[in-house]
Amino acid sequence: MAEQTVSAPGADERLLKTPLSRKLLNRPELGAVAGAVLVFFFFGIVAGDSGMFSLKGIVNFLEVSALLGILAIAVSLLMIGGEFDLSVGSMIGAAGVVIAIPAVQFGWPLWLCIVLAFGVAAAVGYANGMITVKTGLPSFIVTLAVLFILRGLTIGATRLITGRTQVSGIRDVARDDWLAAIFGGDAFTGLFAWMAEAGIIEKRMDGLPVVPGVPMSIVWFVILGTLATWLLLRTSFGNWIFACGGDKIAARNVGVPVTRVKVLLFIFTACAATLVATIQVLDAGSADTNRGLLKEFEAIIAAVIGGCLLTGGYGSAIGAMFGAIIFGTVQMGIFYTGVNTDWFKVFLGVMLLIAVLFNSYIRKKVTEAR
Amino acid sequence: MKLRTKLFAALVATLALMAGDASAAEDIRIVVVSHGQASDPFWSVVKNGVDAAQKDMGVKVEYLAPDTFDMVRMAQLIDAAAASKPDGLVVSIPDADALGESIRAAVGAGIPVVSMNSGSDVRKKLGALLHVGQTEYEAGLGGGERMKDAGVTKAVCINQEVGNVALDLRCDGFRDGLGGASEVLAVSMDPTEIRNAMAAYLTKNPDVGGILTLGPTAAEPVLAALENEGLAAAKKFGTFDLSPGVLKALADGKMMFAIDQQQYLQGYLPVVVLTLHARYGLLPGADVLTGPGFVTPDNAAQVIQLSKEGIR
Repeated sequence: MAEQTVSAPGADERLLKTPLSRKLLNRPELGAVAGAVLVFFFFGIVAGDSGMFSLKGIVNFLEVSALLGILAIAVSLLMIGGEFDLSVGSMIGAAGVVIAIPAVQFGWPLWLCIVLAFGVAAAVGYANGMITVKTGLPSFIVTLAVLFILRGLTIGATRLITGRTQVSGIRDVARDDWLAAIFGGDAFTGLFAWMAEAGIIEKRMDGLPVVPGVPMSIVWFVILGTLATWLLLRTSFGNWIFACGGDKIAARNVGVPVTRVKVLLFIFTACAATLVATIQVLDAGSADTNRGLLKEFEAIIAAVIGGCLLTGGYGSAIGAMFGAIIFGTVQMGIFYTGVNTDWFKVFLGVMLLIAVLFNSYIRKKVTEAR
Repeated sequence: MKLRTKLFAALVATLALMAGDASAAEDIRIVVVSHGQASDPFWSVVKNGVDAAQKDMGVKVEYLAPDTFDMVRMAQLIDAAAASKPDGLVVSIPDADALGESIRAAVGAGIPVVSMNSGSDVRKKLGALLHVGQTEYEAGLGGGERMKDAGVTKAVCINQEVGNVALDLRCDGFRDGLGGASEVLAVSMDPTEIRNAMAAYLTKNPDVGGILTLGPTAAEPVLAALENEGLAAAKKFGTFDLSPGVLKALADGKMMFAIDQQQYLQGYLPVVVLTLHARYGLLPGADVLTGPGFVTPDNAAQVIQLSKEGIR
């Protein structure tokens, strides 16, 4: 291929074929994938025989990764579009309460509460987007304000209505709800039960499979990641996202509807937060005004590990997925290593730093080799 | 004419009395500075106690708390509260070194101070009049002894706020009550993370027979982890503090005990004490212990309704 490049200097460079391997190496997510491999390698050595990489262990850390990943995917699209959303953590707490209070206190059917929560999320996302675009203020500040407003409203309203800050009792309401089944519980339970019967996977003492199925959070994580990647790489809307984050004015001049793109991206992050909230509420059986604390930063970290630039215009959804997997794996991995958990944050920080350093090293090596 | 004058005078006197009474009640202003945010389910109940006392005593109460566990910020809040010259100040003292100076300054300015929740060991030194609360170490000790009696030899204490002295003391007491073998597992506040961390820990340490959580935030996810693993019957599981979820688990026999410090009293009583102190100079002779009370499967049912109302 290199030969061809040299031999035809006058040819149109856009028509040149790039080999697949080179294409893959140029992707922003390469570093994150390499970082994830490094993290797995590390835990494989340190905690290989502790059950971390048994089926149960894998589902365990993937579930934590998936919940963060759902956020990180949406946040990465928004970051590529050149904006931040710091209100996603508060949105998780708010959405959980919006689902739980009508369901438990007012006896609404759960599906209606979930629809309501997504409606509220769309409104919050719309407000975030419109304020940011119309005023020209940095989204960092606008959504920081919304972070406080949402969290405060959540605490105030919950205490006003229930006198507490936790709303329990969702599990009873969720039992026969058709919409709840899409968000909570496990998928492929039949397949897992069959595999347990067939002896492919282990059984518990009471005869049930050791893992009842794939948690819905992981299913959503994969679906959203696939959709977001398709959107970014295969549709004109994806091109608009890159254009908005690259240069807003130039994008507007060539006819990209910048306002619409950004507002839709803000709505997407708020809805992703609501998705996480719905899954957690159904899973934990309760809502808590404190849910989602600091998740906004974890999501941004995962997106950056995944190759997103803080300045916008560059990044990938797959990268964010791997960023979330690195984060979740390190977070859960420490419990298998037997390290005293007082040192948890040091361990987490060091592992993340190593993963990011390795990530940027690989990327640099590859770009140099071009 | 005479009669009318008399009647009028009596009316004026009555009105003056009523007005005097009302203004006397409104005059008393008490400030509560705690380290717990209203969003914490535990502190939510304390605040309900404060609100109820405010209504019952007919006084004005302001409740202040830093929005994170931040002792510097809390010291500033105490300074601000003291500067507003209230008739009484209620503080929790989770860190005597960080808050001591501010509390001493308030006492020095002649403001009656009552400590609540944490600070029983330092309140005399700092000049507070009274402490209303539970001694954390002894409460943990009681939990440890119960588990030991139930045959537990190795246990784990799940701490979602490492660095909070009161929570660390609970784990210490629990370990000593059990007779030594109890590790501390530090976790975050996220329910999925707590649940999966518990599952991971039990996979790594299958010989652990007893689990203690330090609040409902961790108790409900841990319960979910035990049910998922099919271990709910095999492990002895206790917690500090109540929530509707914890009470239901107790009533269903899925948990062994919940250590209740009846924190509603910690909000209610200091306001009452300071009001009566301001009005009549009254003061109880000794610190008030609000706990520990143990809620077990036997008495869970009666506590459930009160918990729903935010009183326990």
